[in-house]
Amino acid sequence: MKKFEYSQINGKSLAYFGLLAGLGLIAVIGVLASWYMEHNGHYVTGMNNQVIWGTPHIFAVFLIVAASGALNVASIASVFSKKMYEPMARLSALLAIALLAGGLVILLLDLGRPDRLIVAMTYYNFKSIFAWNIILYTGFFAIVGTYIWMMMDHNMYKYKKTVGLAAFIWRLTLTTGTGSIFGFLVARSAYDAALLAPMFIIMSFSFGLAIFILVLMAAYNWTGRELGDVVIARLRKLLGVFVAAVLYFVIVYHLTNLYITQRHGVEEFILSSGGIYTQLFWIGQVLIGGLIPLVLIYAPGVSQCRKTLAFVCTLVILGGLAQLYVLIIGGQAFPLDIFPGYEVSSSFYDGVIASYSPSLPEVLLGLGGIAVALLLVTFALKVLRFLPPSLADSVADPHA
Amino acid sequence: MSDCVNNSRRDFISKVALAGTVTLAPGLLLHTAQAKPDDQAVSSKTRWGILIDTNKCGKGCTSCVDACNEEFALIGSMPNSADTQKTQYIRKVTLKEKTTGHEQSLPLLCQHCENPPCVDVCPTGASFKRADGIVLVDKHICIGCRYCMMACPYKARSFVHEEIVNQTLAAPRGKGTVESCTMCVHRVDKDRNPACVEACNADNHNAMIFGDMNDPESALSVELKNNGGKQIRADLGLNTGVRYQGI
Repeated sequence: MKKFEYSQINGKSLAYFGLLAGLGLIAVIGVLASWYMEHNGHYVTGMNNQVIWGTPHIFAVFLIVAASGALNVASIASVFSKKMYEPMARLSALLAIALLAGGLVILLLDLGRPDRLIVAMTYYNFKSIFAWNIILYTGFFAIVGTYIWMMMDHNMYKYKKTVGLAAFIWRLTLTTGTGSIFGFLVARSAYDAALLAPMFIIMSFSFGLAIFILVLMAAYNWTGRELGDVVIARLRKLLGVFVAAVLYFVIVYHLTNLYITQRHGVEEFILSSGGIYTQLFWIGQVLIGGLIPLVLIYAPGVSQCRKTLAFVCTLVILGGLAQLYVLIIGGQAFPLDIFPGYEVSSSFYDGVIASYSPSLPEVLLGLGGIAVALLLVTFALKVLRFLPPSLADSVADPHA
Repeated sequence: MSDCVNNSRRDFISKVALAGTVTLAPGLLLHTAQAKPDDQAVSSKTRWGILIDTNKCGKGCTSCVDACNEEFALIGSMPNSADTQKTQYIRKVTLKEKTTGHEQSLPLLCQHCENPPCVDVCPTGASFKRADGIVLVDKHICIGCRYCMMACPYKARSFVHEEIVNQTLAAPRGKGTVESCTMCVHRVDKDRNPACVEACNADNHNAMIFGDMNDPESALSVELKNNGGKQIRADLGLNTGVRYQGI
């Protein structure tokens, strides 16, 4: 079997330390924003008793979903034996761990009582999908960490495929769990759908791969390593399939709701009358996150240069954030149908569209989580051998 | 000045008030079922519930809400929070039938479900149901994740958005945790009606009956048996402890 060479990045340049410092600064600002919210209480945020999960949850869920998707490349290599992906498997697993860590930092720091982390780790209600998710997250770190070990240790290399399979099954379970956090909410019209679990899985494929491609291109470009066209072309086509699949699930989800009379209200809200949510759906999620990337990937005559691909990946990420904003915030903004068939009003904002404006500390916390993830990757690339010195076509050619 | 409560004086005042109430308005206490003595554990033989007759519920009357706000000192307890962020355990809801335009009003509070979604989803078990059916939040192990608020079909829960000022002894409240109607468990355990029920009766609306749903002799059970009582979102199969007539 062909073995690939791997090496650390040099990491002695001013630019490298500048990158570390910049990401570190954003992460520290995120922590300070969290401290500000915890110190004062959540009244300083945009959240309220109607929109309970705000902007930090958008970033956290995005990163957690993307984490599982970032593992795709490694899974394709070890579970589906596609040789071309193998040299990128280590980076794929590293990125998966880093993104999950970034997402969990946000989730933890947005809790009302983040100081009770130990309670969350020691008191379990096993009927709660949230509690299961805590186990799934912890297990993901352990399994993917072991997976990296198997890939890096020549003595353990023979177990790589088995552990890779375990990691693959685990990441599918994890994203099923993340989707089910919303799918299991029976009383909210926008959620309560088993489809959300597989939809989150396909979203993870798309978001995770978009981030992976950007990180891969940045890592090779900034360190002067060669990244061949074969790898780039393959990843681009794969991303196209995933973006199309996300759109397919979105269509099925909305068609189902449109068929159910009881759900016409929430559909009308998201698709037509929801203001910012409607705009984010059509412009952000569908156009920027779906249709434009598909055109840029597949339309004949469009430049297939790497800048275009980087642009596509950025659009997919922005579209993904918009999608989660529409789902999470929009889903809460639409009022609960406590009395079907009645118009409802009260002092507690029953029956009205809830208001929510993201506050600066919430956004800073979210950006801080992204910085934590990228910081981990940047640091790990320097201390361990994650990247092949070259991914030139002669190295990565699938027919070699 | 000491913050300690003078228990003997408090007991004395309570007894005088109780004696006065029994003497002056015996009808008010008819609906109070037998609560447990202090030294006895809560039992599942009892299931506390409230029946609300919306036909008797005064339009524009907020006695129950006011009593609750006073009992838990909710008003003014979160001075920095916006109105959308402030806690409400019970609220008056106005319903208008979409086709006929028929209007009615009712108090909405935690429905104290037999199968509460808030308890199902809580990762730490902080959201729990007592053996006697009262759904509560253990403020010591609530991590403030707010998943219970996402899951509650009745929007019955509130998040404490800041440090609470002017706490009462009725229920501990804490920044960063979730809270909701306790069915006045502190009163129920002392053989008293919840504050909302007491206030409604005191106003002679008598729209709310508190009692043991498991006791076929209780005024609540008798009324439910004779005239029925609906659950809000009965389709969810939660078997609520709060029932309504007239909806």
